[in-house]
Amino acid sequence: MQLTSSSIGRKILMAITGQAMVLFVVVHLLGNSSIFGWLNGGINAYAEHLHSLPLPIIIGVRLILLAIVCVHIWFGIQLTIENRGGRPQQYAVKSTQKATFASENMIWTGSLLAIFIVYHLLQFTFQVINPETAALKNLVPLHSEMVPNVQGMVVAAFKNFFVSFIYVGAMVTLFLHLSHGIQSFFQTMGWSNDKSQPLIIRLGTLVALGLFLGYVTIPLTIFAGILKG
Amino acid sequence: MSDHKTMTLTLIVWRQKNANDPGKFETYTAKNITEHHSFLEMLDCVNEDLIHAGKDPIVFDHDCREGICGMCSQVINGAPHGGQERTTVCQLHMRKFKDGDTIYIEPWRARAFPIVCDLIVDRSALDKIIQAGGYTSCHTGGVADGNAILIPKTVADESMDAAECIGCGACVAGCPNGAAMLFTGAKVSQLALLPQGKGEAVSRVKNMTEAMTACGFGNCTNHYECMAACPKGINVKFIARMNREFLKAQFA
Repeated sequence: MQLTSSSIGRKILMAITGQAMVLFVVVHLLGNSSIFGWLNGGINAYAEHLHSLPLPIIIGVRLILLAIVCVHIWFGIQLTIENRGGRPQQYAVKSTQKATFASENMIWTGSLLAIFIVYHLLQFTFQVINPETAALKNLVPLHSEMVPNVQGMVVAAFKNFFVSFIYVGAMVTLFLHLSHGIQSFFQTMGWSNDKSQPLIIRLGTLVALGLFLGYVTIPLTIFAGILKG
Repeated sequence: MSDHKTMTLTLIVWRQKNANDPGKFETYTAKNITEHHSFLEMLDCVNEDLIHAGKDPIVFDHDCREGICGMCSQVINGAPHGGQERTTVCQLHMRKFKDGDTIYIEPWRARAFPIVCDLIVDRSALDKIIQAGGYTSCHTGGVADGNAILIPKTVADESMDAAECIGCGACVAGCPNGAAMLFTGAKVSQLALLPQGKGEAVSRVKNMTEAMTACGFGNCTNHYECMAACPKGINVKFIARMNREFLKAQFA
């Protein structure tokens, strides 16, 4: 296999790991949306359900996700450095016709997202940023047992303007990254032609926009006082 | 000539004596240019003035001057071949410009295309990609019957669309990564589509993409600038096809 050494092989690795993360953010959004109450018990019940899965599954999934992120970052940096060398001297006049802000800044939107993911994990997974509202330390009753108060933690966090602002900013970054990334997956895997490609580009941007709107609804409704703890 | 309104243009042209010279921009004035001059004819006029003044003319590549040979290679105001759709520099006419315009003229810029002199770059890296697999091996002998192998018209057309590539290198010049994916994609697809090319499909895509990297071309990041720059309108679907061929080759 030339997957880890060749030009197209590494592109395919970027595409597959990227698309796996897109699937993750879709599932993650569906899970988060339980905060609006469509699931009996809300996000607290959802979180409890996830944490009651067998430990090997939880650890296994986390390790796979970590591996996917690492591969995507490693080859992303490697390919970007190589590509910067592909045209050592720039033109005096810059005139791009098809490239977009999103396509030209994947390394930067990706870097911002990587930083955000670390912050996001510290905030809501390891719960070390605001220990007093940490869900694991504030148990609430649910179906006759005591479970971590995820809803309370999330609502307390997003009531803060800066927390909400950083989150919305990160979602704008995610939108930019995915508006180029999703359509790129299909092109790189060879699953597009001249007829389907314009449609794939539009649908990819639409999915990225849908994810953006879905994610920002949570902090915005909390900050506006509509969704309460 | 006197019937036509003429224009005067300011040209800012990249001058570089050889590959080791750092090179710099020089400013020239193009006088008495009509809208009927092609871009290369306009440069011919400027060069004539330079020669009369005892200066070195601007060196540029050209051959057929009818848009089919792929020799002319200039980036005009940041766009390979000047940015007019499906047009090579030689077919670009001065009616696209206005009197008093300032025009930047630069060579193709890519690591794999070292500058030979002024606007001429060494594009032999594209030949190396072709040598790595852009052919079909066949036994010579009597002339084969033209219809011995039946090929559906749609398939032949698709292959011909890929074969329209004239190897000018505008895709590389337009690509921010200096990648040759559109060129290689077109050459791989042209043969992969036809029954005669299927026999060597696996080794072809592997060898040609390896040669591409070995020549110093960058990697594709799907900006699609190549397609916008291509004077023959080669579609990026051929890159997708090459990616598909590459994946198939991994399991062959």
